[in-house]
Amino acid sequence: MAILVDKNTRLLVQGITGREGEFHSGQMIEYGTQVVAGVTPGKGGQRACDGRVPVFDTVAEAVAATGPNASVVYVPARFAADAILEAADAGIPLVVCITEGVPTLDMIRVCAYLDQKGARLVGPNCPGLLSPGQAKVGIMPGHIAIPGPVGVVSRSGTLTYEVVYALTARGIGQTTCIGIGGDPIIGTTFIDVLEMFENDPLTEQVVLIGEIGGSDEERAARFIAERMTKPVTTFIAGRTAPPGKRMGHAGAIIQGGTGTAAEKIAAFEAVGVPVADHPEQIPDLVAHN
Amino acid sequence: MKLHEYQSKRLFAAHGVPIPRGDVAATPEEARRIAEELGGTVVVKSQVLVGGRGKAGGIRLARTPDEAEVVAGEILGMEIKGLPVRKVLLDEAADIQQEIYLGIVVDRANRRPVMMASSEGGVEIEEVARTDPEAIKKVLIDPFVGLRGYQTLALAKGIGLAAEHRRAFDRIARGLYESFLACDASLAEINPLVVTAAGDLLAVDGKMVLDDNGLFRHPDLAQMRDVDEETATEREAREAGLSYVQLDGEIGCMVNGAGLAMATMDIIKHFGGGPANFLDIGGGAKAERVAAALRLILADPNVEAVLFNIFGGITRCDEVARGIVAAFEEVRPTVPLVARLVGTNEAEGRAILDDSGYRLITVTTLAEAAQKAVAAAKGEAAARGELGA
Repeated sequence: MAILVDKNTRLLVQGITGREGEFHSGQMIEYGTQVVAGVTPGKGGQRACDGRVPVFDTVAEAVAATGPNASVVYVPARFAADAILEAADAGIPLVVCITEGVPTLDMIRVCAYLDQKGARLVGPNCPGLLSPGQAKVGIMPGHIAIPGPVGVVSRSGTLTYEVVYALTARGIGQTTCIGIGGDPIIGTTFIDVLEMFENDPLTEQVVLIGEIGGSDEERAARFIAERMTKPVTTFIAGRTAPPGKRMGHAGAIIQGGTGTAAEKIAAFEAVGVPVADHPEQIPDLVAHN
Repeated sequence: MKLHEYQSKRLFAAHGVPIPRGDVAATPEEARRIAEELGGTVVVKSQVLVGGRGKAGGIRLARTPDEAEVVAGEILGMEIKGLPVRKVLLDEAADIQQEIYLGIVVDRANRRPVMMASSEGGVEIEEVARTDPEAIKKVLIDPFVGLRGYQTLALAKGIGLAAEHRRAFDRIARGLYESFLACDASLAEINPLVVTAAGDLLAVDGKMVLDDNGLFRHPDLAQMRDVDEETATEREAREAGLSYVQLDGEIGCMVNGAGLAMATMDIIKHFGGGPANFLDIGGGAKAERVAAALRLILADPNVEAVLFNIFGGITRCDEVARGIVAAFEEVRPTVPLVARLVGTNEAEGRAILDDSGYRLITVTTLAEAAQKAVAAAKGEAAARGELGA
């Protein structure tokens, strides 16, 4: 088992003929993901990825012809909101948006619309999902992960890879690794993922990688205390980040004195959740559970 | 991106929010002319992108055009929290009976804009949130139905605004929300919104922060960026497409990925050093990008060592290593360099760095990287021995 994506995932790629879209589609196919269709307006009828994937002008056409149950979005930021809405409107239940730089007000409308449609969004500005040995949706490097009992959820990209790689090096595998994205407004939050891991029979414990900005980590700490039976190990990036400055991710900013690493670490420690001092401690903490 | 008070207020006014009569001056002579046109007492307000202008002496009254010229001259020569005052706003002075706060921000947890009002105008909202959180009234705005009359009424009643001002308050609240949407703002704030002796509501001070990700659809607003909002280095980084924040430590950091970059800063501190910067070189790590990043780091005179922390995922470590060596050829760093490459093709990457002929310490773990960088920066004998080898 895994969460959200597995060997039954039938993936649509929006923006498949772009540089990123085509490259990562190739990587996903090589990993074993079923990429059933691509969409690029104006390029319907072509084939992408060395002829392996049919391309459609619209998501509705791709859905009618190929029956995808998930979509991944690589289109440029100014078109990303439209692409996500189009996928949800065509009835796709899971949309993963890799694109960085989507305006916040666009995401507010997109999230409200997807809530109405009952569709789930992961991202934007995220590396996607990887269920080792089953499917990879997004841009995570597939070979760093192995199947196993740990669920990994993070707001970051390379920091997640770093942690997954360190777990794998210790022989600790993963059910699903998921990057929820570094923007202020995101579709899927820590709590959503924690609940899915709690309900996934093969996930035995969870690693949560947070960072400064917002209060998603604080809510996650309360959720862990009240609702979770499985152990969770955490790490929070940004202890040295100055207030008022955006640390790369649009959502990684300490504003009005809130969103600091110290507050988040205190929230986890208050409910008995271990917080690693640095990423390399995580495999040790996980091995102890 | 932050906007100045005068820019914010003009944008609010374009959406029906009443603001005082006034104009902007860059010289005392201009200030005098504006004061003459306005007549009567004026407020001379420094236009800098920091709070606490009043306390710093950057907001003063002037009763005559002569006085306005003198006061403007004094304020224009000031520095407020390190920022030079290049412009002053001269506004007609208002006869203030009551001050309130009205603002909109993005509520991340609820994924909605939230409008906040407080009867404690003129005080920073964060300060009110700390001292008297009950005084702040909030309404969440549904993006599909917008801000409604019953919501602005709830705010007006919540802060105890007299019934005769509620219609004007509603118009101003809606105008503020329209400006927030029209500009892709992440914050739009009127503080204070005043009730004058004549019974009018007036936005005496205004502030907007724009979402950088929305600027592509507002080229007119993008041009309003104040050069003093960021350091010269930060500007250079932004123009080179790098994500960079200057800090005050001695170890320059070059990392791929924002989360990993923060974790790298933190571990330097954990082992007793100080990060000189946050820097995310993004994916790919091509030579010219690495070179640009390296130039930025080395331009900081505090930097005594540089730590490279690269995770090779889709990007291979050997490609990144070639990028780093090519950048060295161009930039010729003289400080000690510590490199940690991990992930895809890490051994090949390390070999390329080891064979490059530059004084480079290659390590495998992040902890080791931080410890070596801290030692190198402190010029400890052990590190120097290794550097010479």
